[in-house]
Amino acid sequence: MPAPVIAVAMSGGVDSSAVAGMLHRNGQPIIGLTMQLWNQRRLPELVPEGAVSGRCCSLDDVYDARRVAEHLGVPYYVVNFEDRFESQVVAPFVQDYLAGRTPIPCTLCNNFLKFDQFLDMARRIGAEWIATGHYARVERDPASGRYLLRRGVDESKDQSYFLWGLTQEQLARTLFPLGELRKTEVRRLAAELGLPVAGKDESQEICFVPNGDYASFVEAYLADRGEPAPVAAGEIVSEDGQVLGEHAGIHRFTVGQRKGLGIAARQPLYVLAIEPAGNRVVVGSDQALLRRSFSAREVNWIAFEGLGQPVRAEVKLRHRFAPAAATVRPAADAARVEVEFDVPQRAITPGQAAVFYQGNLVLGGAWIE
Amino acid sequence: MDRYYFDHNATTPVAPEVLRAMEPCFTGVYGNASSIHWFGQQARMLLEQARRQVAGLLGARPQEIVFTGGGTEANNLAILGAVRSSTRAPRHVVTTTTEHPCVLDACRALEREGVDVTLVRVGADGLVSPGDIRAALRPETVLVSVMCANNETGVIQPIREIAAMAREAGALVHTDGVQATGKIPIDVRDLGVDLYSLSAHKIYGPKGAGALYIRRGVKLSPIVFGGHQERDRRPGTENVSGAVGLGAAADLARRTLAAESERLAALRDRLERALIERAGEAGVNGAGAPRVPNTTNIHFDYLEGESLVIALDLAGMAVSTGAACSSGSVEPSHVLTAMGMRPERARASIRFSLGRQTTAEQVDALVAAVGESVVRLRELSPCLPR
Repeated sequence: MPAPVIAVAMSGGVDSSAVAGMLHRNGQPIIGLTMQLWNQRRLPELVPEGAVSGRCCSLDDVYDARRVAEHLGVPYYVVNFEDRFESQVVAPFVQDYLAGRTPIPCTLCNNFLKFDQFLDMARRIGAEWIATGHYARVERDPASGRYLLRRGVDESKDQSYFLWGLTQEQLARTLFPLGELRKTEVRRLAAELGLPVAGKDESQEICFVPNGDYASFVEAYLADRGEPAPVAAGEIVSEDGQVLGEHAGIHRFTVGQRKGLGIAARQPLYVLAIEPAGNRVVVGSDQALLRRSFSAREVNWIAFEGLGQPVRAEVKLRHRFAPAAATVRPAADAARVEVEFDVPQRAITPGQAAVFYQGNLVLGGAWIE
Repeated sequence: MDRYYFDHNATTPVAPEVLRAMEPCFTGVYGNASSIHWFGQQARMLLEQARRQVAGLLGARPQEIVFTGGGTEANNLAILGAVRSSTRAPRHVVTTTTEHPCVLDACRALEREGVDVTLVRVGADGLVSPGDIRAALRPETVLVSVMCANNETGVIQPIREIAAMAREAGALVHTDGVQATGKIPIDVRDLGVDLYSLSAHKIYGPKGAGALYIRRGVKLSPIVFGGHQERDRRPGTENVSGAVGLGAAADLARRTLAAESERLAALRDRLERALIERAGEAGVNGAGAPRVPNTTNIHFDYLEGESLVIALDLAGMAVSTGAACSSGSVEPSHVLTAMGMRPERARASIRFSLGRQTTAEQVDALVAAVGESVVRLRELSPCLPR
């Protein structure tokens, strides 16, 4: 029987190119696929002058991915997933900001595009497996038969925070060949393999916002769709309801934010909460940002089927935050959990994900409410 | 792995006789066709021979043929050139919803210049009704542009009837003949058109070469500027090799058209019958209309065309979801949706276009490969009713 074909998600960056190179070198039959997710020409006012690469789906990235596939001599196609990306990632991203939340589009993209529509496409064209350039590890637990997700070996590059939503069916068909490697090794490997992208810069975290200005993106997207602009002016208030100033739209704020409040105060002020109903931004001291517990919804467990008993875990609240020890308790609704930290944590932000770890093992995750 | 090509409406390979005809242009005959000296005259001679060959295919006079950089440019020159040279005000253009984007976009450009454009709808079979064209005509209509044959479905429009009405109403008539040329007999006088566009690479000539027939007496402004070449209609040093390739391809088409179209029609019918029988839940788009002999466009319900194209390519079979230029675009084919097809069915449609090197064995191999892929795709399809 011929070896099973693997579809490699190629973005044109170093990591996914190295994946294609590694698998190909090991003699695995691969098909390179680049997902066309977003048309950068759609909101041209947001593209900084002169910026061409390092953005998702730019023609340059497709060019690079194609060049790598040509270099390896493997079949390569661009597949268009713009419709689903817009409905499942971009529109919710905008809605989250309008609702006072701070979204993580990468997680939605993983859940609905990379490990869903992309996996479907791979199977339709005859590939039973997919491989991506994520820094994370997947392994099968022989005892339970479950597929486990672990952090990548390179802690500075670990992307497991974005992968907590993967189901067992998805993990069973997924390969993360970079999980055992450090970024420096990946770069060296890319150079050894003679990949034309070996020296390329890192890509942006949120690929479809070319200038990193989320607020402008929200406004431009709504205008492009012919939808009403976000409610502009509103009040910035203290915890006790005192009006301290004005803001130009709640979508410009995230919990923990300090810059851009435009208020002179004796001590630094931080965003504590965003209230879409009153169109208000609540600010206060650094100390007031600290919270001990929160609840989270749409929990997905990877390491086990469901949570019967409270479990001790290190909980990560944002991609760049250090994990903190907590107890995760099941709620009456199995899709929800209650999380209580040992020590109060700063900036628990609705819309971000709480990911539950035990060491390098990802237990699961959920959306912070 | 054997690789078979069923995408001749996207482009064709250069025929050996065309390549042979072009060869001198890359070696001995390098003069500028507008130069006075012997070198220029040699090039001019080849260029004018090519013009006669193109005219010969269309039933036109050589002086009525202008060489362009391809079909898109010919269509742009015809539409922009004819309308911009008109002194009427207001100005109005009539075209249809299933035109090639280069026609639709040229019309949009005119709209930005204040020209009024009417897009006439087609029926479910892809045909435009001459009566609908007549209803769209106005006293200020400068131009009617309707394609001769559609690139995606192969549907042949009733150009003769449309042209007669349009001319009676005092409008010029343009037809985009890129997909009809070399596939069905064309006589521009018999059709009664004023402007006819064609492209070399769809008829076994080189890419980057095309021509526009401009009936004698028709006023046309150039769309690029900078020289007197091609009777002021298309400035720029003549692309002698391209024109020679187009001429040779036109000559080849003229000589082989009758026999080849009969052969291709038989293969196409064999392909259609076998595919529909093998795949089930499938049908020919534009089936009721007259179609060019090499093209079939088939919907395979409950699957998604993009993955079928990739799966077939991995099996060595080159097909497409529609126009090459719109592949990879998220929108379902504008041609199929204009025929009233629902988007899911349009997305589940594949174009097969046969050509000179297509054989019955290749067609049978294609049917087998499509059959296999369709089964797998439908098994994995989320939209299949269970």
